[in-house]
Amino acid sequence: MSETVAVRLTVNGATVERDVQPRLNLVDFLRDELGLTGTHWSCEHGACGACTVRVDGEIVRGCLVFAVQLDGATVETVEGLTDSGALAELQAAFHVRNAVQCGYCTPAMLLTADALLRRDPDPSRETIRAALSANYCRCTGYHAIVDAVADAARERAKRP
Amino acid sequence: MKAPPFRYARPRTLAAALKLLAEGGETARLLAGGQSLVPALNMRLLEPKLLIDINDVSELSGISETRTGIRVGALTRQAVLGASDIVARRAPLLTAAVPFIAHAAIRNRGTFGGSLAQADPAAELPACAVALEAQLEIAGPRGLRRVPARDFFKGVYETALAPDEILVAAEIPAQRGETLFLELARRHGDYAMAGLAGWAMVQQGRVTEARLVFFGTDIRAIEAKAASAALATSVEAAIAALDHDLTPVADFNASAAMKRHLAGALLRRACAAVMARAA
Repeated sequence: MSETVAVRLTVNGATVERDVQPRLNLVDFLRDELGLTGTHWSCEHGACGACTVRVDGEIVRGCLVFAVQLDGATVETVEGLTDSGALAELQAAFHVRNAVQCGYCTPAMLLTADALLRRDPDPSRETIRAALSANYCRCTGYHAIVDAVADAARERAKRP
Repeated sequence: MKAPPFRYARPRTLAAALKLLAEGGETARLLAGGQSLVPALNMRLLEPKLLIDINDVSELSGISETRTGIRVGALTRQAVLGASDIVARRAPLLTAAVPFIAHAAIRNRGTFGGSLAQADPAAELPACAVALEAQLEIAGPRGLRRVPARDFFKGVYETALAPDEILVAAEIPAQRGETLFLELARRHGDYAMAGLAGWAMVQQGRVTEARLVFFGTDIRAIEAKAASAALATSVEAAIAALDHDLTPVADFNASAAMKRHLAGALLRRACAAVMARAA
């Protein structure tokens, strides 16, 4: 096997240091090294979006970034963004609208929807659908998720 | 699947990156945004011995305004390209194209130069580079050279880049005319079944000059010279002239005949939009 490389990064506010094999992708790093299993993997080639996380404030595909690339970076996952309340309106709206069936895609859906609402606080349903096209859901048919994101946008508008 | 094992290097200068690439030869690969390379690794389509991460190479970064247009560093993220005021002012075709590239999470990592070097026939940015007559600056062991975008794209994933060269930047002349950009894909963010990138000068309801480039139809982005010239006569003449310009190739999305049909439909829609804007 190849040699390991030392990396030091911030994950959900905490500094972590690990020696990693270069081939280790960010999703496996989060799940297997740090025990953060809220970030899911599925297709492992950037199509399904289940592995969406934030790196340096912007959403990325966790399966298409290697942990070794992230020395000095700031990573945020669904766990950290839940604790901070950043996803609170979205999570409440997903619950109320029953926008979750098996739940596998949900953490990544929340991060993708959050990135949309930060960029466009009052998106049309068409815009919501375009943004969510980045993330596969094989259960819901998307309608309830679109409803939930629209609801969350209205709730967020009430933030002080 | 997971990527195969590889060694990892992260040079900070272009000279150091070129040296690593020369030493690594055919077994080394450059890692920029990784949005095409990493899927290929994960699917084990590629098994390089060495990945050279060029994300710290400062010579590859930045968008600047030049006397004649803009200069875009190869490492510019697609999201940054799409949000740039300089780009919107000087090369609005790029601004129009970026939202069609995959999805936000991919545009945050994917780079301008990576898209050009990948040369996917259905990708947006190679077509824009041809339509805007970009000059591509390439560094190699023998120094810098410049290649016009129309000579850079050779075929499916095939470019004028030698294995020991690195795409540094694109010099893009300021765009003229009205922007034309449309594509048809099965889902938002998918690669185009057929796409059109270009510009047109419109005077009193007539197209006086245009440059139309089609992508997703042929083995590379194709400048439709006959159709561009025929636009001065009529839209229908231009659509007919596409028979001279295009050699559509079937893929798993569409037959060659369907791609030829879609190219015409895109041209008709784009012209209607341009005429409405110019009126």
